[in-house]
Amino acid sequence: MQVFLFARPTVWEEKGEFRLTVVDLLSTEAGGLWQLAFEKAKAALAKDGLLDPARKRALPRYPLRIAVVTSPDGAALRDIIAVTARRWPVAELLVLPTRVQGEGAEQEICAALALLCRVEGLDVAIIGRGGGSREDLWTFNHERVARAVAALPVPVISAVGHETDVTLCDLVADVRAPTPSAAAEAATPDRTDVLAELVHLGARLARGLAGRSGRVAERLDRTFDRLTGTLERRLERHRHELSGLAGRLDALSPLKILERGYALARDEQGRVLKRVVQFSSGLRFRLRVTDGEVAARAGES
Amino acid sequence: MARTPSAREPLSFAQQLDRLEEIVRRLEAQELDLDEALKLFEEGIERLREARARLTAAEAQVKQVLSDQAGHLKVEDFDG
Repeated sequence: MQVFLFARPTVWEEKGEFRLTVVDLLSTEAGGLWQLAFEKAKAALAKDGLLDPARKRALPRYPLRIAVVTSPDGAALRDIIAVTARRWPVAELLVLPTRVQGEGAEQEICAALALLCRVEGLDVAIIGRGGGSREDLWTFNHERVARAVAALPVPVISAVGHETDVTLCDLVADVRAPTPSAAAEAATPDRTDVLAELVHLGARLARGLAGRSGRVAERLDRTFDRLTGTLERRLERHRHELSGLAGRLDALSPLKILERGYALARDEQGRVLKRVVQFSSGLRFRLRVTDGEVAARAGES
Repeated sequence: MARTPSAREPLSFAQQLDRLEEIVRRLEAQELDLDEALKLFEEGIERLREARARLTAAEAQVKQVLSDQAGHLKVEDFDG
């Protein structure tokens, strides 16, 4: 492998020495050294199954606590806050501030991720930064960072690279977003959609009950109809029986006999006088004939 | 600590919506007594009201999580 060296030269005349202190080392091939390190780390992650698509977790539908691992003063965080506030202000954003580039940034990120693991009630995490040069993104290609991301207890969305540069962090995350704004959109539902869904559920609820009570009312109606129907039929039958009975009673009435010319004799107390011995001489009694009563008195016998 | 949804403990938003959907499905199945149906309907209305209140009242909160010298979690308001 050929490399370019950027170095500071020092010459020691007395000892006859010439020294080069290396400041930077670059591969002559396009991205040669970076690529080599990247592939090596990627192979190590793959060996441990961390790149397995089956590992990817689904994002929660309605997150209430969203962790954000990023620089506290970057555009990435501003975008994530703006998108979340617009779409899903129901959620609480927990920022785990960290440097995202430069010497030692990977340690800071790993520390922030370790802190994240201790936060309770998290639903989802976003790790990211705005675009940058390949060197700027390099922090997210550290194997240590990738392993810490893979080990997070909640689903994680990575918004680190851009379209052309995929980082190891992107590869181990559950979802990869092209930008921090896109990450926030992937993490949250739109409140307007959820409200519309609520309205829809409310309508179904009302229809469900109306259907239910409608059926009950229908059944009540039917029962009432049947009930009154039987009653009427029974009344009708009774009316028939009654009129037959009345006819029979009529035929039995003594008044009918009177019509034929008989008379009924009763004393003042209303007792019927049927035998001769009952008619003592001079007894006052009443005769019931068909159209009324007449007073009568027994003569001398 | 495992969280089990009960009448006492407030449900998460997702649980609330799941419960609401379950209520609607059961009401639509039309297999309930009117009594039960009414009870479910009332619960559904209550859940709907709560969910809507949660959606409309909320204002995005941004906090930051730090660790103090002793390594304890510290959550404070974030003003970026």
